[in-house]
Amino acid sequence: MMDTMTQDHAQPKAAALPPAIKPAPETEPLRARIEDFSFFYADGTKAIKHVDMPILDRKVTAIIGPSGCGKSTLLRSLNRMHDLYPGNRYEGKIILEPEGDNLIGPHSDPVLVRLRVGMVFQKPNPFPKTIYENVAAGLRVRGIRNKAVIDEAVEGALRRAAIWDEAKDRLHKSAYDMSGGQQQRLCIARALAPNPEILLLDEPTSALDPIATAKVEDLVRELSNSVTVVIVTHNMQQAARISHRTAFMYLGELIEFGETSQIFTNPRHPRTENYITGRYG
Amino acid sequence: MSVTTNGALSTAVRTDQRAIDAVMKAKRRDLWVAGAGMFVMVVSMALLLSLIADLMIRGLPRIDLDFLSNFPSRRAERAGILSAWVGTLLVMLVTAFLAVPIGVGAGLYLEEYARKGWVSNFIEVNVSNLAGVPSIIYGLLALGLFVYGLSLGKTILVAGMTLALLILPIVIVATREAVRSIPKIIKEGAYGLGADQWQVMWQYIIPAARPGILTGAIVGLSRAIGETAPIITIGALTFIAFLPPSPVSGDFPFISFAWLNEGFTVLPIQMFNWVSRPQADFHVNAAATGVVLLALTFALNGIAIWIRYRLRKAHRN
Repeated sequence: MMDTMTQDHAQPKAAALPPAIKPAPETEPLRARIEDFSFFYADGTKAIKHVDMPILDRKVTAIIGPSGCGKSTLLRSLNRMHDLYPGNRYEGKIILEPEGDNLIGPHSDPVLVRLRVGMVFQKPNPFPKTIYENVAAGLRVRGIRNKAVIDEAVEGALRRAAIWDEAKDRLHKSAYDMSGGQQQRLCIARALAPNPEILLLDEPTSALDPIATAKVEDLVRELSNSVTVVIVTHNMQQAARISHRTAFMYLGELIEFGETSQIFTNPRHPRTENYITGRYG
Repeated sequence: MSVTTNGALSTAVRTDQRAIDAVMKAKRRDLWVAGAGMFVMVVSMALLLSLIADLMIRGLPRIDLDFLSNFPSRRAERAGILSAWVGTLLVMLVTAFLAVPIGVGAGLYLEEYARKGWVSNFIEVNVSNLAGVPSIIYGLLALGLFVYGLSLGKTILVAGMTLALLILPIVIVATREAVRSIPKIIKEGAYGLGADQWQVMWQYIIPAARPGILTGAIVGLSRAIGETAPIITIGALTFIAFLPPSPVSGDFPFISFAWLNEGFTVLPIQMFNWVSRPQADFHVNAAATGVVLLALTFALNGIAIWIRYRLRKAHRN
């Protein structure tokens, strides 16, 4: 194991530091397993290097690390977003439990993957439609036409995203009339409406003010009772506040993975410690 | 980053004065450019407006119901433009039906489906080049290919096909621009919900791009409506004293396509014909035809602006 790892991170600085620490086996039920996963952009850049990582069922997993460490790239691999652009390549496995389907296997269709794994983006991106149609969009994509079913799902999703009270009186008004924080919670509702198996959040609060951020954080904590969440954040306090597991990435490698309290109070890898104590990043 | 100072205050002051001078100089230059631009604009607008005014003064009094409902005649005061404006409308109908679906389809394909590579680059360069080809070349192509090669004759169908070819690059380029201007995060949002390419295309891309696409289509049509050279080249008649069979009729099957194979004339050709007559009365007829042609062009552009405005508003809500 040591051999394969040292070959891949032949960074001159990394030589002085110990190799990345493999995640310890989990006892709690898993929703997904990332196994020996690597990702290559079209220009040949190896953005993710041999990552092994468990994703716990109905828990929040946070991915942290400095800019360019590959945390968003890893997240976007989980619902095959990279397939929208030509020339990108995945290696390894991303197994969705309990079925054991490999999301990046040769017979896996990226569209079908995205039906199971929902995503919320860095900037709120509501569609230029009404609030109702935004939340209904995922159901319409799945061919659901029954109005009663859609009505119920829209209300349920807006309630789960804690935005029902603000939205219920203007369901048929443009989503663009909402504030940025409301738009982001609307986008979360939109992703939740079709009941995804995993919800991916890509720095969901980076464009929001502190109050809107607090609301989204409360929401994510609440959601973890019912859905598996993977969140990328550049905000370490946020990861500490809302996640059960934290993954620290650096230069495309998963340096350390563990219980959030352990990562933040007792990091085992010197690089993790440097990062969370603010020595670089 | 650190700033090194050498302690000499005067240096800093001198630098500031130089900076102020530079700004003032740039401001004077701005004024000159703005003044020159204003001058050019006023002169060209005045020229254009006086041309239109001249056309109006000479042509407008000639326009009445008789002028619009009479066929051309050897006697200037009895001549009208019925066959010309009907011909123009029918040719535009054919042009729109051909150029808009083909152009929009090609634009969407090139932008969304085609694999980016040397083939798509080659096509892109050629589409842009086609937009700059003189219209008479299209006329020659149509004469050789449609009129003689395919033996379609000098018909409304051929004229529509020729003008459709002419404006195809405009429609394709406008479609691509409209699709390209849709924010990436909207597309990613739709794909992220599990939409496939077909759904993203029909439910997100086309609705968002519709104002741009329609504007491009109408700009193309308003170019086609005034084209004379390619229509003359394919040999449109200049003296038509009959109307093509009506496209709709009272009897089954209610719609007839016989008009497609009729000879025709169009407004610019009628105008060209009258301008080349020696009698002054025919020149008045030409001016009046010019006014009608201008009115049609402005109406098309007006519709384009109105559609854009309406769709933008609808899209917001």
